Amino acid sequence: MNTTDPYAGERLQESPFHPRLQALNIRNAWASWNGYKFAEYYYDAEYEYFCVRNSCGTYDISPMQKYEISGPDAEAMLNRMVTRDVAKIKLNRVAYCVWCTDEGRMIDDGTIFKLSSDKFMLTCGSPCSAWLEKSVFGFDGVKVADVTDNLAALSVQGPTSCAVLKNMGLIGIDAAKRFDIMRFPFHGDTLMVSRTGFTGDLGYELWIRPALALELWDELYAAGADYGIQPYGEVATNMARLEAAFIMPAMEFNEALRTVHFEHDQTPFELNLGWLVDFDKPHFSGRSALLREKKRGSQYALTKLDIEGNKPAEGSYIYKNKRCTRKIGYVTSAMWSPAVKANIALAMIRTEHLQGQLWAEIYYEKELRQYSRVARCTRKEKPFWAPARARVTPPPDY
Amino acid sequence: MKRYDSIIIGAGHNGLVCAAYLARSGQRLVVLEASETAGGLGASREFHPGFHVSVAHTINHFSRKIASDLKLASYGFEASPKLLPTVGLSVDTKHVVLHQDAISGTSARDSESYHDYARLMMRFAGLLRPFWLKTMPRIGNNSLAELMTFAHAGLNLRRLGKNDMREFLRVVSLPARDLMDEYFDSEPLKALLSWDGLVGSKLAPRSPNGAVLTMLYRMSGESKGAHVIPTGGVKSLIESLMTSAATAGAEIRSSAEVDRILIEGGGAGLVARGVRLIDGETIEADRVISAIDPQRTFLDLVGVEVLDIGFTNRIRRLRCDGYVAKLHLALNGLPEFDGLGRPDGRMIIAPDMDAIEYAFDDAKYGECPQNPVMEIVLPSVHDASVAPTGRHVLSAHVMYVPYRMKGGWTNAARDLICERAIDTIARYAPRIREHIEHRELLTPMDLEQIFRVTGGHWHHTEFAMDQLLMMRPTYEAAQYRTPIPGLFLCGAGCHPGGGLMGGAGHNAAVEILR
Repeated sequence: MNTTDPYAGERLQESPFHPRLQALNIRNAWASWNGYKFAEYYYDAEYEYFCVRNSCGTYDISPMQKYEISGPDAEAMLNRMVTRDVAKIKLNRVAYCVWCTDEGRMIDDGTIFKLSSDKFMLTCGSPCSAWLEKSVFGFDGVKVADVTDNLAALSVQGPTSCAVLKNMGLIGIDAAKRFDIMRFPFHGDTLMVSRTGFTGDLGYELWIRPALALELWDELYAAGADYGIQPYGEVATNMARLEAAFIMPAMEFNEALRTVHFEHDQTPFELNLGWLVDFDKPHFSGRSALLREKKRGSQYALTKLDIEGNKPAEGSYIYKNKRCTRKIGYVTSAMWSPAVKANIALAMIRTEHLQGQLWAEIYYEKELRQYSRVARCTRKEKPFWAPARARVTPPPDY
Repeated sequence: MKRYDSIIIGAGHNGLVCAAYLARSGQRLVVLEASETAGGLGASREFHPGFHVSVAHTINHFSRKIASDLKLASYGFEASPKLLPTVGLSVDTKHVVLHQDAISGTSARDSESYHDYARLMMRFAGLLRPFWLKTMPRIGNNSLAELMTFAHAGLNLRRLGKNDMREFLRVVSLPARDLMDEYFDSEPLKALLSWDGLVGSKLAPRSPNGAVLTMLYRMSGESKGAHVIPTGGVKSLIESLMTSAATAGAEIRSSAEVDRILIEGGGAGLVARGVRLIDGETIEADRVISAIDPQRTFLDLVGVEVLDIGFTNRIRRLRCDGYVAKLHLALNGLPEFDGLGRPDGRMIIAPDMDAIEYAFDDAKYGECPQNPVMEIVLPSVHDASVAPTGRHVLSAHVMYVPYRMKGGWTNAARDLICERAIDTIARYAPRIREHIEHRELLTPMDLEQIFRVTGGHWHHTEFAMDQLLMMRPTYEAAQYRTPIPGLFLCGAGCHPGGGLMGGAGHNAAVEILR
């Protein structure tokens, strides 16, 4: 009997944590991310969200793309690719970065880990090999390796996350400042821990050789049993990141290299990421275009909105007037925030109208009938959710 | 330290044209040439004691406007020399000769068709003429002047009348073969007429696009595409350009190889501020103008670290592989070509279009053609100074010889193609070997090394639809300015292209002085 699987090459890959994830995925709610089987939620998305906000949750980020960039010219090569000054990243630190096309349109965001003076790790949500190949051309002393499959990664987020890691035996982890990298011996290998995350709260990301993924999981869950540890999926992640006002690809921004329509992509300035663009560093791709934009002003601004009422403004247009005749923007993400107890949203709004009134036309459904309402929006300067513990070192203990 | 208004890198004809215009406008400038002699592929070189030759062995569309603006006639360049007949050699000695709008050696029907063909091609060449000496409009924000360039061409197109206009739009991207098959019966004639559309490019008669446009480009001059060797040879053009530039105050330095274009960074952005030579000397200027090829300019002299990634990638992917080798023979006497009198024409060895196609097929896959096709002239027939008395120089463009040879270029591979080329010539001039005192074959890779031009490509980068007009060499560098303020291009890699025409150098100067 022929047992060859004709779809072998098309089936979703399983993360190194999969045996544990599968056991916990009561609802079998699988989606995919970069070809990996990936949980939308495990049991109940809201419950998982509350764990992240009130105790701690783990999120499998193994499918994230990871590239090791090494060699004497690695720093120069990365510095020419991203808008931030890579030379300023200290050893064992992580920096959030974006990179752009020549036209200053954002290709993707990600993080750069400085692992040694000539070795970096770049992580990002979507495959970036093609752009890296173009970026590395001309830099002879650089090697780029896709290490996605060689590194299991687990995000541990929430107020009790530090306590769980301490309980697991990671002595000194509470001394890690935001964006620090620490290393711990683990079964004869090294466990790398960075104080990073995508929830806006206290949290860490754990990086380990795939062969040790299950040991890591088991020890983490044993240590976290009394601290409310619980896996969470994509839905809870999206809720948490929206409260933190973090941007999500295909929601706040469309990756420039996959954008067909003219300027349907975004620039860092439009996405409130101007602080990542450093005009004082050496030349980087998109610099001239971004400098022009900075001088001239941006077309749109990603704006944090507090919207009256409790109907999420998903997919809403933003208007200049209550009669909804002067359209000035669109909502990119919206939700009722349980933590903030507010109807929040991120919206792209034309900069010239930012100072005036903002109205959202919200459509919602009640038992198959469509309703609409016009709600006043208030601009917020700060992220909706930014607890002090996310920044304090050592973080409060539990 | 001396400070210049402009530094021009490369004293090829475009660099010299640009230099002459800028110097005449009062700019203080220096032209830096890496070789010992100026002229680039037009430079005269002693390849055997007493025997001189230049890679470009004829001129067919050097701009009359440039020659007159720069007063080249007064510096020894003969503006309107005798046109060379083009001879399609035939083993049966029934050679096809094209001279002064008349053809012989073919049927009456072909002769008649030729007049229709020539009339149409001249109309089309006229239509494109306004484009060659103008900066191409940018795609996107156009200035009024740029729009006028389009308008002018549009108007010319309209003036062709309905039939010719439709015919132009049809013919302009036609493979050479289809065009020739429509008009002619004689295979040698078809091969001969398509030659100028193909030579120098990675194109054969069946290749789509490009050939007809290349032909029309080469017909842009007053000689309507016919080739000439001016009294004093091709070198007289280079020498007159040098004198013109020097008389206007330009400094021309030879053996001054640029190692790096110096780019200064800062809050406001990058700016080119000068060059550093191989020996470490730095020279500063308000602008740097590169007459050398785009890949060398950006990838070697500028460096990718100050260029955007998308732009770098477009430069990297420019198609720059040359397909023409150069054969030079030092002869102890005038060779006799069967059935031909004095060999004072431009002789094409390509029995039919298939012969060209087959030679191309070999080269496409990195091999030497079994039966090379070529264009031969004997410059010494027109200019006795290039060889010792009574002796001669044979100069041939041999196609198609790949830049990337399978297994790499070795002496054996070079000898093989050289032997094949001489064997081929011997079919028409059987006693040629008895005359050979010395022979030299320069592969595209040799041309790259000797003349410092990427791929050994005549045009610096392929003259093809995707690399023409406002796409030459690539957008954002197609108007002689580059993404780096203060850095300009003026070489064959810019619009309108290479060949001894001077358009790129002229247009760059106009753009710089704007």
